[in-house]
Amino acid sequence: MPRPTPSQTVGPFYGYALPFPAGGSPAPAAHPGAVTVHGVVRDGAGVPVPDALLEFWQAAPDGSLTGHPGSLRRDPVTGGFLGRDGVHFTGFARVPTDADGHWTLRTLGPPAATPYLSVCLFARGLMHHLYTRVYLAEPPADALLDALPADRRATLLAGGEGEGVYHFDIHLQGEKETVFLDFDR
Amino acid sequence: MSHASLTPQRKSSEPAAPTPQLPAPQPVVPTQREISAEISAAHARAAEAVTAGAAPLDHPPRNFAPYRSSVLRHPRQPLVRVEDPEAAELHGPVFGVTDVTDLDADLTRQHLGEPLGERITVSGRITDRAGRPVRGQLVEVWQANASGRYAHQRDQHPAPLDPHFTGVGRCLTDDQGGYRFTTIKPGAYPWRNHDNAWRPAHIHFSLFGTAFTQRLVTQMYFPGDPLFPYDPILQSVTEPAARERLVASYDHALSVPEWSLGYRWNIVLDGPAATLPDPEEGS
Ligand SMILES: [Fe+2]
Repeated sequence: MPRPTPSQTVGPFYGYALPFPAGGSPAPAAHPGAVTVHGVVRDGAGVPVPDALLEFWQAAPDGSLTGHPGSLRRDPVTGGFLGRDGVHFTGFARVPTDADGHWTLRTLGPPAATPYLSVCLFARGLMHHLYTRVYLAEPPADALLDALPADRRATLLAGGEGEGVYHFDIHLQGEKETVFLDFDR
Repeated sequence: MSHASLTPQRKSSEPAAPTPQLPAPQPVVPTQREISAEISAAHARAAEAVTAGAAPLDHPPRNFAPYRSSVLRHPRQPLVRVEDPEAAELHGPVFGVTDVTDLDADLTRQHLGEPLGERITVSGRITDRAGRPVRGQLVEVWQANASGRYAHQRDQHPAPLDPHFTGVGRCLTDDQGGYRFTTIKPGAYPWRNHDNAWRPAHIHFSLFGTAFTQRLVTQMYFPGDPLFPYDPILQSVTEPAARERLVASYDHALSVPEWSLGYRWNIVLDGPAATLPDPEEGS
């Protein structure tokens, strides 16, 4: 078996290459079921991380995990970005943190079978990306959550902030350190 | 490391005295010699672990102190293993013809004029751990210009910007997992990890597999770069054979006569999707 290509940090200068317009808004425009999830990424000193990049992947509300093209939909005339088509749900989002380490995602709630948003986190200083999950509500049973001690489990649960708005901070290190996941073999 | 340790401490019981005008604490800037010694020590520890029977590491450790930014940005708790065959992460985002344009894979044609520098072709195959091609997936690249300057406001390296070069490219892999970019060879550039720190020339790559677990962001280097041993980012990969997998090879067959020099770089995506059946086989 071939050996894998090693990971290397995303560095500080991905900002003009990877983010794209409407990257953080996979919910089709005017969809009545859209939810907003937002939070701050912090380092081990509690300082906001202004150069992190978050990617989200999730099932569509009907349970489909096939995704759909068109997250970066392009304009063949100008070479610019057209934005998402407003109809299809691609299941994929990409959001850089702002100067305050804050990010906002506007998506559709995940289905009961896979009731979470999968997160892949990149930043300067991360040699290798980190995976975590955002659970918008506590599922009745969940293999991952149920295997975690209560304080660790809490790091994967978003806090409700009223109608359709959720809060989820990510702590890279320290007392409130978020649970990060390993899927290898 | 911490500025706090350089700040004079005052016991809380003492009355507040007028604050004297102290000089601002000077951050301790490590020398290359210190960073190189730390790299050597980390490599020696990794080699000892392999000698003692540990599997060689394919990826850099998340805590690699010679790259100072990693110190406060790595988890201290072990990662939690997920072994759920129904996990959403065993599937992943898809991209298509709407996500790229024809000019995206040629970074020398995105402006009215030609960029300065040595024109190159970078091409290779993307496969999974089982050697199967990753088909129709998005490959994104970004890089500095020939002078070592990024088209990014926060890059303050006083090297010239090139009005004819942005340094961003995208393509979809073909049916054999192949990708191909035309660009210019990026320059080395200084950074502030330590005194006289320079990054070897590199192109940043972002790759998707069929599963979200195969996601990879990495950097491709050019063969024979004398800056390799000094760079804590390349050297964060502690296993020599793994480091070599980050270096492209010059491929004369890829060079285009009177046009560009060719470099070949094949990429293998890690992740458990390698153990899943090929979606295009069987059923
Ligand atoms: Fe770079």
